[in-house]
Amino acid sequence: MVKEIERAGLPVVHMCTIVPISKTVGANRIVPTVAIPHPLGNPNLSKEDEKALRRKLVEKALKALQTPIEDQTVFED
Amino acid sequence: MIRVVHYINQFFAQIGGEEKANIPPEVRDGILGPGMAFKAAFKGEAEIVATVICGDSYFAENQSAVSQILEMIKKYNPDLFIAGPAFNAGRYGTACGTIAKAVKDNLNIPVVTGMYVENPGVDLFKKDIYIISTKDNAAGMRDAVPKMAALGLKLAKGEAIGAPDAEGYIPRGIRKNYFAEVRGSKRAVDMLVKKIKGEQFESEFVMPLFDKVAPNPPVLDITKAKIALVTSGGIVPKGNPDKIESSSASKFGEYSIEGVYDLTEETFETAHGGYDPVYANKDADRVLPVDVLRELEKEGIIGKLHEKYYSTVGNGTAVKSAAKFGAEIAKRLIADGVEAVVLTST
Repeated sequence: MVKEIERAGLPVVHMCTIVPISKTVGANRIVPTVAIPHPLGNPNLSKEDEKALRRKLVEKALKALQTPIEDQTVFED
Repeated sequence: MIRVVHYINQFFAQIGGEEKANIPPEVRDGILGPGMAFKAAFKGEAEIVATVICGDSYFAENQSAVSQILEMIKKYNPDLFIAGPAFNAGRYGTACGTIAKAVKDNLNIPVVTGMYVENPGVDLFKKDIYIISTKDNAAGMRDAVPKMAALGLKLAKGEAIGAPDAEGYIPRGIRKNYFAEVRGSKRAVDMLVKKIKGEQFESEFVMPLFDKVAPNPPVLDITKAKIALVTSGGIVPKGNPDKIESSSASKFGEYSIEGVYDLTEETFETAHGGYDPVYANKDADRVLPVDVLRELEKEGIIGKLHEKYYSTVGNGTAVKSAAKFGAEIAKRLIADGVEAVVLTST
């Protein structure tokens, strides 16, 4: 899906936990996430901390969307 | 007797399904689960001396799992390592490939695994290891095991390995010289004649299929851009109105989040059957971050969150279907003036 959205001309960021799979399916902007069943959350944190964590990850994704890239790029910290 | 160590996941070890996908690696003496079928297929030539089990999510989320498992395998001093078969299970296939390659590289023994051709583990590891081509689900066990066992025995005995078609493994891109009975010019003309007649023919030089899409230019002013959310994590309005299948999805859903500022237990859930749904059902923002994007929209950090989101279940879903969904979703997003997409996967 990521590749087809990119092909259609929309910049797309893939937020996922298993980065090698994301690379294989052809995502170009990749943001690694927390865990498979809760990529954008962590049930062990308080509600506030969990939301702060999610916000940090989404902000990273927005930064990826604003970054010019030539090739597949994993946006770590 | 050839000593074999076998790797399987929590499901095939009959420990449990997704709720047990987090179990750390453990090793047990002897045979477990599909090992029984291997034992029969080895016909006394090889023996499974130990079975290593690891939860699929644990393996994917913990890099240390590889070295832990290697240590476990090493102790049994095996002559051959077999992983899976994993069929079309993505995490399991990736785990089988990762651990098989690590065993081959570190313990210098032959390895064999088995997967469905669309398993993401195939593209990751087909160049490194022998992967027997299997069906997309466990119903293909009976077909897969004899091929894996036969290839494993050949490798362990140091016998010559035939072409992919003959042995049943996925082509690794290795070329071998051989003496053909018919000279090249005649083979080429025969092939051309077949092509002209519209008959089946097999090229002797299969071109690799590269399908890379170059990255699009970035969003120039995100404070004015309309951003859309798409997910393969199966987040749907409570009750799953479109009945998106929990695996091998045949469709995607388009849902309104107009006026929605937070996904709650009462309003949204996941239809995905390939991960433990407890966390997403409790708070679907953990997969589809609507709450945070609403905040960012209110603060003017993004222009607008698109009022519709798109969702499907990425669990054993055919690549062809996923590509079709992606193209259709993109068409609708562009028509609605969306400028960038955040796609989340579980």
